[in-house]
Amino acid sequence: MFPFCFEWAWDVGHIIFMGLLYMVLGAISLGLLYAFVMTWLKVTGRDKLFERLWIRFPITLW
Amino acid sequence: MKKEENSKGNRYGMVIDLDKCTGCGLCTVACASENNISVLYDESDKTRNIAWLQIYTITNGKDFPDTEVVYIPRPCMQCDNPPCVSVCPPTATRKDPNTGIISQIYSRCVGCRYCMAACPYHARSFNWFDPSFPEGMDRYLSPEVSPRMRGVVEKCTFCHHRLMRARSKAYAEGRRELKEDEYIPACAEACPTQAISFGDLNNPEHQVSQLIKSPHAFRLLERLGTEPKVYYLSAKNWVRRMADNYLAGELS
Amino acid sequence: MDLALIPNGVQRCSLKRFVPWMVLWIALISWGLVSAFLCFFKGLNQTNMNHYFAFGLWIVFDLSIIALGAGAFFTGFLTHIIGEVFIYPFRDNLKAVVNAAVVIGFICYSSAIAMLGVDVGQPLRAWFIFWHANVHSMLTEVSFCITAYLGVLTIEYLPLVFSNRKLREIPEIDIFGNNLHHIIALFAAVGTFLSFFHQGSLGGMFGVLFGRPFAFREGFLIWPWTFFLFIHSSIAAGPSFTLLCVWIAQKVTGKELITRDVFNLLAKISGWLLATYIVLKIVDTIAWAYGVVPRAGMSFMDFYQGSYGIWLIIAEIGIFGIIPAIILITPKFRERNDLLIIGALMNVIGIVLDRFVFSIQTLSIPVMPFDKFMSYFPSWQEWGIAIGAIGYGILLFSLSYRYLPLFPQEAEMNPVQVLGRAVTDSGVIKRS
Repeated sequence: MFPFCFEWAWDVGHIIFMGLLYMVLGAISLGLLYAFVMTWLKVTGRDKLFERLWIRFPITLW
Repeated sequence: MKKEENSKGNRYGMVIDLDKCTGCGLCTVACASENNISVLYDESDKTRNIAWLQIYTITNGKDFPDTEVVYIPRPCMQCDNPPCVSVCPPTATRKDPNTGIISQIYSRCVGCRYCMAACPYHARSFNWFDPSFPEGMDRYLSPEVSPRMRGVVEKCTFCHHRLMRARSKAYAEGRRELKEDEYIPACAEACPTQAISFGDLNNPEHQVSQLIKSPHAFRLLERLGTEPKVYYLSAKNWVRRMADNYLAGELS
Repeated sequence: MDLALIPNGVQRCSLKRFVPWMVLWIALISWGLVSAFLCFFKGLNQTNMNHYFAFGLWIVFDLSIIALGAGAFFTGFLTHIIGEVFIYPFRDNLKAVVNAAVVIGFICYSSAIAMLGVDVGQPLRAWFIFWHANVHSMLTEVSFCITAYLGVLTIEYLPLVFSNRKLREIPEIDIFGNNLHHIIALFAAVGTFLSFFHQGSLGGMFGVLFGRPFAFREGFLIWPWTFFLFIHSSIAAGPSFTLLCVWIAQKVTGKELITRDVFNLLAKISGWLLATYIVLKIVDTIAWAYGVVPRAGMSFMDFYQGSYGIWLIIAEIGIFGIIPAIILITPKFRERNDLLIIGALMNVIGIVLDRFVFSIQTLSIPVMPFDKFMSYFPSWQEWGIAIGAIGYGILLFSLSYRYLPLFPQEAEMNPVQVLGRAVTDSGVIKRS
């Protein structure tokens, strides 16, 4: 799973498989982080910043 | 894992002459005692007992007096293209690029049994029960082979510890190469009719690499492409045909 | 007693009626727990699996519920991605059912992972699959994807849990739930990606077994055709299963929970996917029968013997494949309530049969010519764990239905006639 595990090899299989895995885990973590940060902003009354960071997903990407 | 080829290294293989095999079962006994194979409470349950080397009995299906019976000892085929290795999720089984032997790391096996589903030879056994050895038998356990715990898969290793032992001895004597008779699995050593030959298939001087060129040599289920390193010899055509599946009208 | 927890504007049965209902399912779960304890304590000798049947009822059950749980990701995908940017009716209609689909998905995946935890011989080492991952194994891909996807499902389930009336009173939780719900499309997208891969790799698991000509398939690059067929069949069966669960919930509660056109849409999606799947499955079977099978030196009928006869393929593709596909794609048929339910049920049975065939029949067929056909019947411990999982599913669904606003259309479709204490604040609160 990590480059320091001895089965690890820098080959195509590991790069694609683990690359996709870490991208997915990254996306999940970023999503959660966003939700936590936005909650914190709202709870602590930083409404202005909250409004600026409010994204419309997935319309924004589209 | 990198693509590992062993065309230059050793490629240990076995040749079993079925015409010499009497089905005495000594190979299985030798295998079990050499490799600390545990004993079930009900050893008659052949779908759950641990057997690294199993003997199948086949007949030509003819009535007396034309009946012929042949015994097929089946160790792990140590395939060159093993179906079990690539499927193992925690990399608990692996083909040694220097010997061609398929290893099994018991302490890493999670017991998912996917390798057993992959192996068409049923060469792998799962420990459904806690390992047990009848009283007295535990004193005969070999210190060279680790006993297996419940919930893991095990299989024939071509007595890999014997290879390690032989190598240590050779290295101590300043040799890098093993002699032909220095490394032999327990089954081959025990066979009273010397039906089992063992050696390096890559070494043209070894007996096995000559035996496999015989027109009577064949392997089990060759059509699947697993490339077993266990060869069989039989002069009987029906035996050779029994080793694989053929469509009606196909010649073996 | 629990009136304060019940969502606004809807009516629920009394706790006196709900408790015995729960006791029934808790009894099933207890059977499962006893079985699991025996398997952990005494080992897998408690099952009827053996060296031939290395996979048993649990794997069939796992494959089936994961396929049926595909309704969660596929409904989420249609609602939050396709519905938001391409086809707006999907969003508007499927919103009525997407919460229920998420709960069903969560139940399916969590019970599948729990069952796998019992199924492996060394459960304490299960993390080795991640730590020492063999990236070439389809099972590694399955393990990674279903674990990550269960995480995604939990995240998708949370906003629903947080919309419970009492929990909403805590402002932090309410805001957090809203924020999670706001970016639900991101999680739906990730979930879709993960689901496509693990549904596929579950099929790939069998398609790569080149030592087993019954399961082996050729394919595209590293993926055998079963990889794609499993994805296709799961998204065909998922909406049907969601439809069935909602229909059962309607029958049990005696209320209409979603409008008829949502049922229709689910049936239509399911039907067309099933129809295309069946065509591809037939092509695949023919290609296999004329390719892989003769190359292995076997004939088609060699695989259908003993208790796993030719009836299996007739049942899987013909009776439980073609017939439900026809029912579900024909508007005249799917508009009839009885045919709609029969069609969805047959679709689900067909997919379960497919998973059974790939896991059990594959192992029952002797590959060595001198080996023999085997058959297998699960032990009570194996049944216990499977049935315990069903009990857990019904229990969690019942609790979710009772305490969470699972069906957004419910309050509108079932206006509360008698104003009791439960509906003193009668306004329907909808999450924006």
